[in-house]
Amino acid sequence: MSLTIEEIRRIAALARIELGEADAEGTRRKLDGIFGLIEQMQAVDTRGVEPMSHPQELAQRLREDVATEPNRRDDFQRIAPHTEAGLYLVPKVIE
Amino acid sequence: MINASLTELRAALDAKRVSSVELAERFLDRIERLNPALNAFITVDRAGAMAAARAADARIAAGAAAPLTGIPLAHKDVFCTEGVLTTCGSKMLANFVSPYDAHVVTQLKAAGAVMLGKTNMDEFAMGSSNENSHFGPARNPWDTSRVPGGSSGGSAAAVAARLVPMATGTDTGGSVRQPAALTGVTGIKPTYGVVSRYGMIAYASSLDQGGAFGASAEDCALLLSAMAGFDARDSTSLERPAEDYARELAAPAAGAAPLAGLRIGLPREFFGPGMADDVRAAVDAALAAYRALGATTVEVSLPNAQLAIPAYYVIAPAEASSNLSRFDGVRYGHRAAEYRDLADLYAKSRAEGFGAEVKRRILVGTYVLSHGYYDAYYLQAQKLRRLIAEDFRAAFAQCDVIAGPTSPTTAWAIGEKTDDPVQMYLSDIYTIAVNLAGLPGLSHPCGFGAGQLPVGLQLVGDYFSEARLLNAAHRFQQASDWHLRRPAAAAEREL
Repeated sequence: MSLTIEEIRRIAALARIELGEADAEGTRRKLDGIFGLIEQMQAVDTRGVEPMSHPQELAQRLREDVATEPNRRDDFQRIAPHTEAGLYLVPKVIE
Repeated sequence: MINASLTELRAALDAKRVSSVELAERFLDRIERLNPALNAFITVDRAGAMAAARAADARIAAGAAAPLTGIPLAHKDVFCTEGVLTTCGSKMLANFVSPYDAHVVTQLKAAGAVMLGKTNMDEFAMGSSNENSHFGPARNPWDTSRVPGGSSGGSAAAVAARLVPMATGTDTGGSVRQPAALTGVTGIKPTYGVVSRYGMIAYASSLDQGGAFGASAEDCALLLSAMAGFDARDSTSLERPAEDYARELAAPAAGAAPLAGLRIGLPREFFGPGMADDVRAAVDAALAAYRALGATTVEVSLPNAQLAIPAYYVIAPAEASSNLSRFDGVRYGHRAAEYRDLADLYAKSRAEGFGAEVKRRILVGTYVLSHGYYDAYYLQAQKLRRLIAEDFRAAFAQCDVIAGPTSPTTAWAIGEKTDDPVQMYLSDIYTIAVNLAGLPGLSHPCGFGAGQLPVGLQLVGDYFSEARLLNAAHRFQQASDWHLRRPAAAAEREL
């Protein structure tokens, strides 16, 4: 299967990564190669095989619903690009 | 001191023949002189190292030293280190000073190891050559026009050139074992879940695992023992009793056949035409040496092995696309200087901050998880993953460890494989299945190929058999000297 430029742009939009015009065709070509590799999987009959997400059959460990971490907002926000009054600043979303 | 083993360094420190401060200075001096040609380090923290060394000396004087107290160490730049830059090899985190330590970092600080700096790596651990680093490629100390392997290329090169006696790495598709093979050092990836991933910047969460680099299996065993252990902050961390991975190594070699009874499985799929002739020769010689130590070899089969690469390049990018969605220019890392609106802030910050390979993998991952494609790709890959794990389970009914080449070739030239991502992916052909199955694997030096380039032998074990793997490699190393060879570029007269 070969991806079209439109499909590449749609995926880039989903991934929130700007894809420049100059890069689009080169990206499409390299992704084609990768998908060609991945296509090899499709030949295999996996009916009846259980998918495996994790090597050990683990269940998510649960704990008591009690706060255990200290509030380190100042430490965490010290390295943020743009903050004010304990908030992270971003461009206005709602008109 | 530069070429001393961790055990020898411990003895020298305890006997006061050398101080931790002197060791740190010695290795920092080497880094200053040799790193420019190797680019193994992204950050050197001299002040932090000297403070840690002084504290280690005090601890040793008080008789409270642990096995690694006072010994210099490097961390792959994927591990968060509080107060010290953690770049993950990326422009996205080029300004990131972590407010917390990774669990592995905390463990090694508690052990008294002395961190000298953070090592170079493929960006976000995506790569097999350390050429995908925002900070330039790391170089192979055996031939600086060649790659050291990846993604933990900096850590491997640093240990190979004796810039540090030990270093941490991470291995998602081979990123500890393959650079170990290409640089002539020993590297181990433990069973998935043994080393906590807390503070280890995530690439593919079901595959990532912290690992250890050293000049020998014994050194790796000591480092791994200090890194491993349950951590409640990692939801996939396993609750198991603490293990001393070096426990079998101190026993003297039992007569002429210290590996009598060890059955080594040789998968026919790992000995096919993909292996270079010089790699094959070194691996065959190493297997003969294992037989001479009393081990027997038996042919086994991993019928779904060739599906490991396509399955991995669906699963890992899928998980990466999810993990890397946190990098959006809002809370940390790179933020675009100009943007029209919030969507543009995200799109530009991410386009500017990520390198080409990272972007490609995010796009692949986004596609295979998107509506209409999940079953055909991600679910299919997870089913292949099950088949691959079951292949190993069946093989381990006939053998105790599986052996083969770690890498199909020795180190290639910088720039040689960067035009075609798929060519690069195929260099992981022997290591990737091990991550999919979650099994432990190590690589140790076993000879040289054309051009005096190191060849590594991979040993894969059943779940939680790290000590057996390390013991087998250790007995091989007691009867050979491949692991003692040093690259000329890093040769140094001891003062």
